[in-house]
Amino acid sequence: MALIDLKNLAHSYLSKPTAETDYALQKMDHVWEDGNAYALLGPSGCGKTTLLNIISGLLQPSEGQVLFDGKDVTGLLPQERNIAQVFQFPVIYDTMSVYDNLAFPLRNRKLPEADIKERVKEVADMLELNDVLHKRAANLSADAKQKISLGRGLVRSDVAAILFDEPLTVIDPHLKLLLRRKLKQIHARFKLTMVYVTHDQLEALTFADQVVVMNQGQVMQIGTPQELFENPQHTFVGYFIGSPGMNFLPCRMENGIAHIGDQEILVGNGTERLTGSFKLGIRPDFLKLHSQAVQGAIPVTVKAVEDLGNCTIVTVALAAQTLKVKLSEEEDIPAESGFLEFQRQWIRIYSDEKLVGNGVKQQARLEPAK
Amino acid sequence: MNKWEDNKAWFMVIPVFLVVAVSAILPLMTVVNYSLQDIFGPDQRVFVGLEWYKDALTDSRLHDALKRQLMFSSLVLLIEIPLGILIALMMPKKGWGASLSLVLVALPLLIPWNVIGTIWIIFMRPDIGLLGAAVNGLGIPFDHTASPFAAWVTVMLMEVWHWTPLVVLLAYAGLQAIPEAYFQAARIDGASAWSTFRYIQLPKMRGVLTIAVLLRFMDSFLIYAEPFVLTGGGPGNSTTFLSIYLVKLAVGQFDLGPAAAFSIIYFLIVLLFCWLFYQVLLKVGTGDKP
Repeated sequence: MALIDLKNLAHSYLSKPTAETDYALQKMDHVWEDGNAYALLGPSGCGKTTLLNIISGLLQPSEGQVLFDGKDVTGLLPQERNIAQVFQFPVIYDTMSVYDNLAFPLRNRKLPEADIKERVKEVADMLELNDVLHKRAANLSADAKQKISLGRGLVRSDVAAILFDEPLTVIDPHLKLLLRRKLKQIHARFKLTMVYVTHDQLEALTFADQVVVMNQGQVMQIGTPQELFENPQHTFVGYFIGSPGMNFLPCRMENGIAHIGDQEILVGNGTERLTGSFKLGIRPDFLKLHSQAVQGAIPVTVKAVEDLGNCTIVTVALAAQTLKVKLSEEEDIPAESGFLEFQRQWIRIYSDEKLVGNGVKQQARLEPAK
Repeated sequence: MNKWEDNKAWFMVIPVFLVVAVSAILPLMTVVNYSLQDIFGPDQRVFVGLEWYKDALTDSRLHDALKRQLMFSSLVLLIEIPLGILIALMMPKKGWGASLSLVLVALPLLIPWNVIGTIWIIFMRPDIGLLGAAVNGLGIPFDHTASPFAAWVTVMLMEVWHWTPLVVLLAYAGLQAIPEAYFQAARIDGASAWSTFRYIQLPKMRGVLTIAVLLRFMDSFLIYAEPFVLTGGGPGNSTTFLSIYLVKLAVGQFDLGPAAAFSIIYFLIVLLFCWLFYQVLLKVGTGDKP
């Protein structure tokens, strides 16, 4: 178990990086709590696997330090760091039985065979691999193989953290759920620090206590799934989390009112101090569409309607902008034009892609009881 | 489905079947035909039944040639396969070094067989050859035209120099196909270099090594050009391998009947060994009994 401390960490695959774009990982400073489950979420190529490999020691960072429980491990080899890593494609030793696969890391560390037997049995029990323990690992299904590679990490009693690099990619959908539940059980039981790389937001949001959203080598935000959903600190987080992502509209702020084209939307909540060009962000879930004019709603044209089964996504045009609106199945959808209502407490104002106004806290302060 | 529908696929195979028949089976049948007759001239032949087969199977010179051949092929496999794997392991995995080493390694494969013979004859000559003269200069008598041992060493060197690159290329391709995650997992599991080779690289190379063993076995079992160019099978009969003996029989003495019977036996031996190798190599390391 370990607290993972990343100090001024940066990495470039080039030997002499000059520009900021040469870095696969921009300079970062983070502390990851002991025993928490973290998900690294981001689009392909955003640097999440690079970060994972730096933590596991497979990669030496070009700058900065990695600390486990306050101890500098930057220069240590993977086998000296007491971490386990599960890869995208199941890695098993083909010629060995399941038992030998699980025993391999212990044998390499010269443990007595009696201890090995005990540990392997314990891990096999937990991962439900008992029935196949003496079968050849090569002949098993992908999910069993992935369990074996996880087991090779768990079998070591001193393991500090388990790192997952998109471990469910090759698993059948119905088994994904089971395996993910297994991971949560293991996390609950051992309280190990877990870091889970994925580009699937559903996976990240269901697995992790804290989600680390990354883009272009930078950590955009670390937060609970709820925080990421309600208060994206960056437009990228707003857009990347949620399906569909957050709507963003360029606007002009004046006295707490957002001007979009010739329309006005009341924002308030402390945004009176903002004047000039901003971006207004709102999640599709917090928009309402009416067929008749309502107080505060602005006229829009309906462009497209997609029925997703449990909800309906309506694309509407407001001035030159388009927005997505998420409606429940029961709600009526105006045929051509309607009136869009913004739920005021969920409006977020961004400047230079960063959240500047109207967080939940200000709202609680300025708009007490409703 | 009726029987016609079931068997329709056979018609689709006819073109291939015809090509194989004309290119392989018909010539082979001619040889079978020859092997059953005593041929004196174009119009003079006598049917002798299995006489030539009996002769061939009891021919002590053929037995000696077969023993030499088996010895030679075993040595070739024992040297070339491990050496090829070793070289492949040492080659750089990427960058310009990888391309350069690939070209360098592949060079011997680009040289025609008889040229290779000539190169090595000159190289090994005790009077002017670089290696031959050097070895003799050290006080060790080395002359492939006089000593059977020297002739064997020379043929082995030629063979190993010429064909190990093929094993290297195959092994290298096998190694390159192993995903990086295997090596990363092995490092995290604390595996030694030997364990990594034993449990990851070797099992992952099984497919290409099977091909390498089969190709090198077949090819070395049919070796002709090298000993022919070097000493023509000598000194004495020391490098008279099966195909050298066969050609001596067929062309040198114009005994077409015995030579044909010999060819058939030769062919069956190669086929048998390849089948055995294939069966064993398919199952080794998979836990099934060979």
